[in-house]
Amino acid sequence: MESEVKLIDDQGKRLDGRKVDELRDIKIEAGVLHRADGSCYLEWGGNKVLVAVYGPREAVPRHTQNPLKAIVNAKYNMAAFSVEERKRPGPDRRSREISKVISEALEKVILIEQFPRASIDVAIEVLDAEAGTRVAGLTAAGVALADAGIPMKDIPVGCAAGKIAGQVVMDLGKEEDNQGEADLPIAISPRTDEILLLQMDGHLTLEEFEKAFDYAVKGCHIVSEIQKKAILDKYESVLEVE
Amino acid sequence: MTIVPLIKRDYIYKLSEQGKRVDGRKFDEYRKIEIETNVISKAEGSAKVKIGNTQVLAGIKLDVGEPYPDSPESGVLTTAAELIPLASPDFESGPPQADAIELARVVDRGVRESEVVEVEKLCIEPGEKVWIVFIDLHILDYDGNLFDAASLAALGALFTTKIPVTRLLEEKDIDSWQKKLLELYSITGVNEVIKNKIQNMKEDFPLPLKEPPISCTSVKFNKVVVLDPSLDEEEIADARLTIATDKNGDIRAMQKGLSGSFTRDEVQKVIKVSVDNGRELREQLYKSIGKENV
Repeated sequence: MESEVKLIDDQGKRLDGRKVDELRDIKIEAGVLHRADGSCYLEWGGNKVLVAVYGPREAVPRHTQNPLKAIVNAKYNMAAFSVEERKRPGPDRRSREISKVISEALEKVILIEQFPRASIDVAIEVLDAEAGTRVAGLTAAGVALADAGIPMKDIPVGCAAGKIAGQVVMDLGKEEDNQGEADLPIAISPRTDEILLLQMDGHLTLEEFEKAFDYAVKGCHIVSEIQKKAILDKYESVLEVE
Repeated sequence: MTIVPLIKRDYIYKLSEQGKRVDGRKFDEYRKIEIETNVISKAEGSAKVKIGNTQVLAGIKLDVGEPYPDSPESGVLTTAAELIPLASPDFESGPPQADAIELARVVDRGVRESEVVEVEKLCIEPGEKVWIVFIDLHILDYDGNLFDAASLAALGALFTTKIPVTRLLEEKDIDSWQKKLLELYSITGVNEVIKNKIQNMKEDFPLPLKEPPISCTSVKFNKVVVLDPSLDEEEIADARLTIATDKNGDIRAMQKGLSGSFTRDEVQKVIKVSVDNGRELREQLYKSIGKENV
């Protein structure tokens, strides 16, 4: 695909005016749903993601139970109206794969050994999509799990980096994702920098990968602070009463 | 019934005998309703409706496609509802269950039979290409009365919908038109006539709409009938009745649900309550879309 628009201008600014190592605007709110055990609403650039956590509860059907630990069931789903061309409702191959890698990433930080035979269900709903929905979904899931009071070693957080117009940049936007040369979404445990999720498509040299990875990790740490603030905003006032 | 629902039921029954409800409402009173429109940028129209703790998001997408053979000059309207696992511990992902299908069909009937959307104005070229309107209902938080919340959300979304002509207008020759239409809508078979027709539309325009009917749902338990049931009330209800009324106070659609029964007297009372509350809901809907009337 030939790129007609200039993704980075002469001043080094991107289409939406960002610098190469700048995130889109992020807004996170914890505890927005009444029925769920924990929930989170997240806006990341043009992405709008809602996450609900149910559990730990008895895993059904029975044969899915693990007698030694809980299973983590993340379900990533895109609303039919979240994309330019209407998406057929229900899971497809893409969303199943994303559900799987997110479930596995969350399993690493949740203390699953504490809840044998249980399931922890994480429903990730993408309401408005604009590049980077899987890391947005995982980031919101981290906050929703904390809101549900589920014990975790750390609050997982995700961010992507990529390559556009020959340059490595942080957090690809819509046009950048469509026309860029590489995309590297990662998720980490920010306390230890352990990598929970790592995918890449496109083409990066070894040096470019190192740089992109640094950007993604840096992005994760910035987002992690916003996550903590969202949780504090909800629970700080509760703490003060005591 | 297990023990907790039994205790809840007895409590709600006892209160109802004193003319009261758990949340302090009158029998013919709605919970607080909030309507927020244009919440999804990728959708052609959208609205989020809260009734108490119940939250429903409706999004509208438009496609260009082929009309049904029996109505070659009319646009096509389809409604789908998803009871996604986000909204309740009891909802599971997968193909839509009977509940979701009933919900989608009741909302669809309210919109279709009352001819809110003027489908005959959505024809581009008779028998070949028409606009297809997709109403997708996303249930976000389930605390009872999905019927009213979903209907209201669908109307709010329809009234803010713009037909996305400009998305198609940039292309000049027929080949790039076809390419773009394939990309956007995966449709084929565009000819010069259709291209000219769409180009004559020039810019995005609002969906052609008429006065909508408003749905009000009541349930019956322990010989009382209450409007806008909460989840607890819905779970113990014997019978449910949804009535859609129009601006003149005429009835436009009804749906009775569950295995209990109503007397004729009760139905008349429900109709009156639905007309009165429908009037208020209509005013609130118009206010949320910034209009006095349609």
